[in-house]
Amino acid sequence: MMSAQGFGDLTLLLAIPVIGALLLALLPRRQWAGLFIVALSASAVAFFWSLKIFNRFDGSNGEMQLIEQVKWMPAVGINYVIGIDGISIFLVLLTTFLMPLALLASWSVRDKVKEYLIFMLLLETGMLGAFLALDLVLFYVFWEVMLVPMYFLIGVWGGTRRIYAALKFVLFTMAGSLLMLVAIIYLATRHAQVTQVMTFNVLQLYDLQLPVEQQFWLFLAFALSFAIKVPLFPFHTWLPDAHVEAPTAGSVILAGVLLKLGTYGFLRFAMPLFPDAAIMLMPYLIALSVIGIVYGAVVAMMQTDIKKLVAYSSVSHLGFVMLGLCALNMQGVQGGIYQMLNHGLSTGALFLMVGMIYDRRHTRLISEFGGLWKQMPVFSALFLVVTFSSIGLPGLNGFVGEFLILLGSFSVTPRWTAVAATGVILGAIYMLWMFRRVIFGPLNNPENQKLQDLNSRELMILAPIIFLIVYMGVYPQPFLSRMQPAVELNLKRIFTMPAAPAAAQVDISGEPKNDGR
Amino acid sequence: MDVNLVPLLPAVQVLVTALVVTVRDLFIKDGESRGMLALYSLIGLGLAAAEVILLLGGRQESAFNDSFMLDRFALFFAMIFIIAAAMTILTSIHYVRQTAIHEGEFYALILFATVGMIVMAAANDLMVFFLGLETMSIAVYVLTGMWRSNGRSSEASMKYFIMGAFATGFLLYGIALIYGATGSTNLSQISAYLLDQPTEWPIYLIGGGFLLLIGFAFKVGAVPFHFWVPDVYDGAPTPVTGFMSVAVKAAAFAAWARILLYKLSPLDSDWVFPLWIIAIGTMTLGNLLAITQHSIKRMLAYSSIAHAGYLLIPIVVGVEWGGLPLLFYLLTYSFMTMGAFAVLTSMTEGNDARDGYSDFAGLGFKRPFLALAMALFMLSLAGFPPLAGFTGKFYVFRSAVLSGHLNLAIIGVLNSLLSVIFYLRVIVAMYMEEGGAEGKSFRQAPFVYIAVAIALIGTLYLGILPADALNWSRLAFSSLE
Repeated sequence: MMSAQGFGDLTLLLAIPVIGALLLALLPRRQWAGLFIVALSASAVAFFWSLKIFNRFDGSNGEMQLIEQVKWMPAVGINYVIGIDGISIFLVLLTTFLMPLALLASWSVRDKVKEYLIFMLLLETGMLGAFLALDLVLFYVFWEVMLVPMYFLIGVWGGTRRIYAALKFVLFTMAGSLLMLVAIIYLATRHAQVTQVMTFNVLQLYDLQLPVEQQFWLFLAFALSFAIKVPLFPFHTWLPDAHVEAPTAGSVILAGVLLKLGTYGFLRFAMPLFPDAAIMLMPYLIALSVIGIVYGAVVAMMQTDIKKLVAYSSVSHLGFVMLGLCALNMQGVQGGIYQMLNHGLSTGALFLMVGMIYDRRHTRLISEFGGLWKQMPVFSALFLVVTFSSIGLPGLNGFVGEFLILLGSFSVTPRWTAVAATGVILGAIYMLWMFRRVIFGPLNNPENQKLQDLNSRELMILAPIIFLIVYMGVYPQPFLSRMQPAVELNLKRIFTMPAAPAAAQVDISGEPKNDGR
Repeated sequence: MDVNLVPLLPAVQVLVTALVVTVRDLFIKDGESRGMLALYSLIGLGLAAAEVILLLGGRQESAFNDSFMLDRFALFFAMIFIIAAAMTILTSIHYVRQTAIHEGEFYALILFATVGMIVMAAANDLMVFFLGLETMSIAVYVLTGMWRSNGRSSEASMKYFIMGAFATGFLLYGIALIYGATGSTNLSQISAYLLDQPTEWPIYLIGGGFLLLIGFAFKVGAVPFHFWVPDVYDGAPTPVTGFMSVAVKAAAFAAWARILLYKLSPLDSDWVFPLWIIAIGTMTLGNLLAITQHSIKRMLAYSSIAHAGYLLIPIVVGVEWGGLPLLFYLLTYSFMTMGAFAVLTSMTEGNDARDGYSDFAGLGFKRPFLALAMALFMLSLAGFPPLAGFTGKFYVFRSAVLSGHLNLAIIGVLNSLLSVIFYLRVIVAMYMEEGGAEGKSFRQAPFVYIAVAIALIGTLYLGILPADALNWSRLAFSSLE
């Protein structure tokens, strides 16, 4: 395991958006174009820097790489530890890739631009930090840090019910994460009691073997936090509100990256840390995921607001991701990760395009539209590609992910997989139905007859996404081959770990003396 | 007879400053500027702080026959009191002119209260502790009522005085019973007695311990002895409210930590369960009632009750794990709360406190710095990382988990969740609503800005780089041994 003391490339990646935000804070408020350029360049630099990290990254190695370690609160074993592996590298790339596009899509924001851009950049650091963190407390810090900018983005620049939606978003997320904090502390305490080493480093905590009943509660605490974020079926109610009220860029980042932190959390923390509980509870998680798939799809079908429809489709798609991860086999997990990237691209693009027509018409109701093909051919064509990607048409990225997920889960639970497969059909129904009502049909509404097609800025936003949608659909191998070793290692952590027999519990009198006071 | 006077140095320094301010005040004619008095006070506090830092390097010394111990623990708290007093004075400079509070006495009383607090934290004898407590309390009773043109200020002062007298009664009676049982008021001798005879304690010794406990619970505003807190905090001049909710509370917890948590720890098992209930009741009730408030000042009063509840967790946890988190949390709490009250003070215009949520509307874009600072203080109080409130709470909850009080940790975090609701409402008002009052610009109130900046630096520092402060807290608590 390569491990470096001190700060390095990854820390710089976290620092770039913060530096951008500090620069923005120094610039005068009125220079909105200048502000945009600074923010865009900061996010672009972050993207290229993440590409450089991708080059340094060794795809044939499943271990954590480029680890950086700095003492933070050494007395209790809390350190600044970050690293990257075949799972997180792609999510990092997704984040840095979507951020400049989201900023470019925010061009129409004229109100309090400076604060808006600062919050966007801080949000980027928060998300990247959560993907990179290997210390549980550090992870928790980033996990919470990204709540605040998102709260402001929804609450200040959102729609009419923004304050309600923002508070709901924060309260839901915190309800889960605070219990996770207790679980984190408890886990580290148990580790200290067993091994006499006080640490919050997840790579060391993986080796701890806890009795199943303790794993059960700890897993529940972690799972609740992540399930709310994903969002898994009964915990999803914050999502439509947050999405509908958030500004376009906020929705893009929320759907594109933030939700993935939930699934990533399952994969990185909840499952390998508590493998026995994970295996035990997997049927229930699968059930919730499949219910989410069907429920999300059915509810999406009935929506009158395009953005809400896309929001519910996220519930359905993230259900697929969870189903893949819960299959706990190679195809399923790989498919799950692949689908995370796909969803980030296709749903990100959908929100961007909804934002584009919203900018023109200031409405998102499906009934207000119709016949856009005649007025906006380029938009319609691109919208079609993105729609197809979202419903998983072969040849586009969505198909690869969904196919792998269903393949993986079929070997574990054929019945639930069959139900989940109906979700694919339902997905095609609601997406295509929406597409038909918005794009085809007669161009009756006089408001729509004046619509302009996409301008070059908007094309610039969509082009890279469309390229990746096609590329990842045709040639998934470079992605899958780099994920494989990391996924293998992760699965090995889950399956080769025998549960500690009850007798192996060390009694509490062996308290480490060096850790509290 | 021991005549070592070195340990008295910081307390005497502050006392002399208070006397100088009082006397100098007499020679300033009405209508002339009294700004120099604030300057004198700050210089005196600065000297006291320097002495504290110098004494930290030396060995622990006691004075007056072992009844006054200036150990690291006392120095740690002396530093908190001095910083809190200095920030209160910085915050007050404009406020006292706006509200026509008499400046000379105001500063002098804050300094007298600080002397009392330093004595409380250093007291190794129950009588000395009582002396410090009364010095502090009487000064604060008067401070509470100093806004004479405001009826609620007088009402608050009266209420505080009556309730404080009750608490004093409990404490004195408790001290008397303990003296009766152990034959001494000196804590070292009491502690030695408890260790010598680990079982056969007279029932009135335990009763005395409980009376002390009730007295302390009054002073920190723990449920069910909290009823005076909202009215008193609401009625008092805003900087004084900040001073009370930080310094007075810290002083009470300092004495609680030294006397009950440490020296009387053999009696621990008798009061763990009642304390457990008090802790849970205090945080839950404080947070629930804070949600329903319409004034930010009153909300902060209830939030200060809730934080007393969090601070009780390490006390329930006990002497083995509770010391470090208690001290560290008090440190973090001091900065964020002082900062919040400093911002609140800057809103005051004449006799109008402007402390409602609606007054804060739109502040985020009218006074970006003040609002940003307030937002960070609120997030910190709610326990968001990477701010002081998070690290403080983290160690408190960690101590609960380590000592096996998992239920306390869980109830604690759920309370944090409740608290998010009302802390974020301040941010909603500042950034997501329009209208409201102006708030002072830097030119109108430079000193408030200095106080806010100090609090902000403290809040960020303790949140991002807590390792040093944790170490100080650990050393401070271990110096009790």
